[in-house]
Amino acid sequence: MNDNRTIALVAGVLALLTAATVVGQFLKRHPDRGLDPAAVRTFNNRLRGWWILCTVLAAAFWLGTTATVVLFGLVSFWALREFITLTPTRKGDHRALFWVFFLFTPLHYVLVGVNRYDVFSVFLPVYATLFVLARVAFAGDYKRFLERTAKIQAGLVVCVYCLSFAPALLQIPIDATSTAGRSGNFRLLFFLILLVQFADCMQYVWSRMLGQHLVAPAVSSNRTWEGLLGSATSTALLAAALWWAAPPFQLWQATIAGLVVALMGFAGGMTMSAIKRDRGVKDYGTLVVGHGGVLDRIDSMCFAAPVFYHITLLVTGVQPG
Amino acid sequence: MLSPADITEMQPPMRSGSGRSAFCRAAGLSLAALARLLSGASVRWIASQPDTCQRVYFANHTSHLDALVVWASLPQTIREVTRPVAAKDYWSRGLIRRWLAEEVFDAILIDRTDIKVHQSPVDMMLREAGTSHSLIVFPEGGRSVSGEVAEFKSGLYYLAKKRPDIELIPVHIDNLNRVLPRGEFLPVPLLSCISFGPPLWLERGEAKLDFLARARRAVLSLKE
Repeated sequence: MNDNRTIALVAGVLALLTAATVVGQFLKRHPDRGLDPAAVRTFNNRLRGWWILCTVLAAAFWLGTTATVVLFGLVSFWALREFITLTPTRKGDHRALFWVFFLFTPLHYVLVGVNRYDVFSVFLPVYATLFVLARVAFAGDYKRFLERTAKIQAGLVVCVYCLSFAPALLQIPIDATSTAGRSGNFRLLFFLILLVQFADCMQYVWSRMLGQHLVAPAVSSNRTWEGLLGSATSTALLAAALWWAAPPFQLWQATIAGLVVALMGFAGGMTMSAIKRDRGVKDYGTLVVGHGGVLDRIDSMCFAAPVFYHITLLVTGVQPG
Repeated sequence: MLSPADITEMQPPMRSGSGRSAFCRAAGLSLAALARLLSGASVRWIASQPDTCQRVYFANHTSHLDALVVWASLPQTIREVTRPVAAKDYWSRGLIRRWLAEEVFDAILIDRTDIKVHQSPVDMMLREAGTSHSLIVFPEGGRSVSGEVAEFKSGLYYLAKKRPDIELIPVHIDNLNRVLPRGEFLPVPLLSCISFGPPLWLERGEAKLDFLARARRAVLSLKE
């Protein structure tokens, strides 16, 4: 991974995080600047989260493709735990859930790891769906049958299937001729993660600054149309500025990818808010007290990853698998 | 009430802590870690603090995993002096279960089918607890089917009456019945929550039913 573009990207991210940390600590020590202390605290917490994210990603990237796929697999597993915990299930779903957790989820990630696009693209949406339907029927409890099976399916698709397209980016042969090989793929994946995080952040900032028109007040009290537009524009600009880091893209393709990632991320956040509202909770988990759950952190990623993956396929024109 | 002389007489043979082999202690540590990982238990102490003083933890009963997970939720130093009270018919079946119950978490097994007047479970628990061990009990007597917390059996009252010096800590177990429901043997790794509440004691002259109802409300109030 010792090529100039990777070094530039890593150096840029480190510089940005360091600068933000310095600013965050400065604001924390000088509460008299007229800034909302709660906002400063949120900012510093977020920043700590990004340091952890970057460290874990760097370690996984350094260890290679398999380690990265395993990392995403574990994240999926935990997110699915949170999703099903919040979803009311009945006893008749127990055995179907057992196989969903211990067979379908790991096996799907194995298929991603060995790059069998032909199998993993249908494994969960078709075969796991059929299995869940049949297994719940065999368990003999028909009460709210479609509702219950649909919930398990939705959890699998969002938390496992969609998220797995992120590590699957590592398997697309982008530059078969170049010797840089895999480093381009890792940059591409990092590009996606960066855009998703940035879009989340910009959505918050623009909503706070200009937000007037809520998209759906009953679902989310802080997601506005201004936030959506602002985040889409800023993310597209960032993508354009960083287009050199994402190997297969031309400038205009990177811009469009950034735009789409921001829109999908916003849609993901809205969707998870709707589910949380329905269940009457604020966050998905209590892994770290006060930090929400894993699912709260990856909701945008789950929606953006498959679209970004397919944009990459379109642009490179390669046949996956 | 018991006189101090009675209590010294009730000293059990040293079985826990230093008495156990290093292998069993290592097994205990890994079992506790595994139980917490699998049950995704987040542990809350609400207006309460972990302490090694002698206590009775009483919890709602929803799953076979309850005793194990409550035990695993305690800090290690407290775990060493805490013994779950469990049903003999379940925990003495099979070699692994019996080994776990007897050697690893040092459970006090109660024979639910053979309760005699002279050998009441409460006396046995107190004898086994001695002056240093804490207990984990499930006063509903069995796992609830509906998910509701059933009325408490009177054992907790007699425990409190015979040993008024022991702190009674209410514990609420949430969602563990979905991890391993009644009649299932394969767990689903959902997230559960174990809440420990503030201690309570038997008030002077408090009637049995009032006390049991108050204890049950203390568990329910941790549900939020």
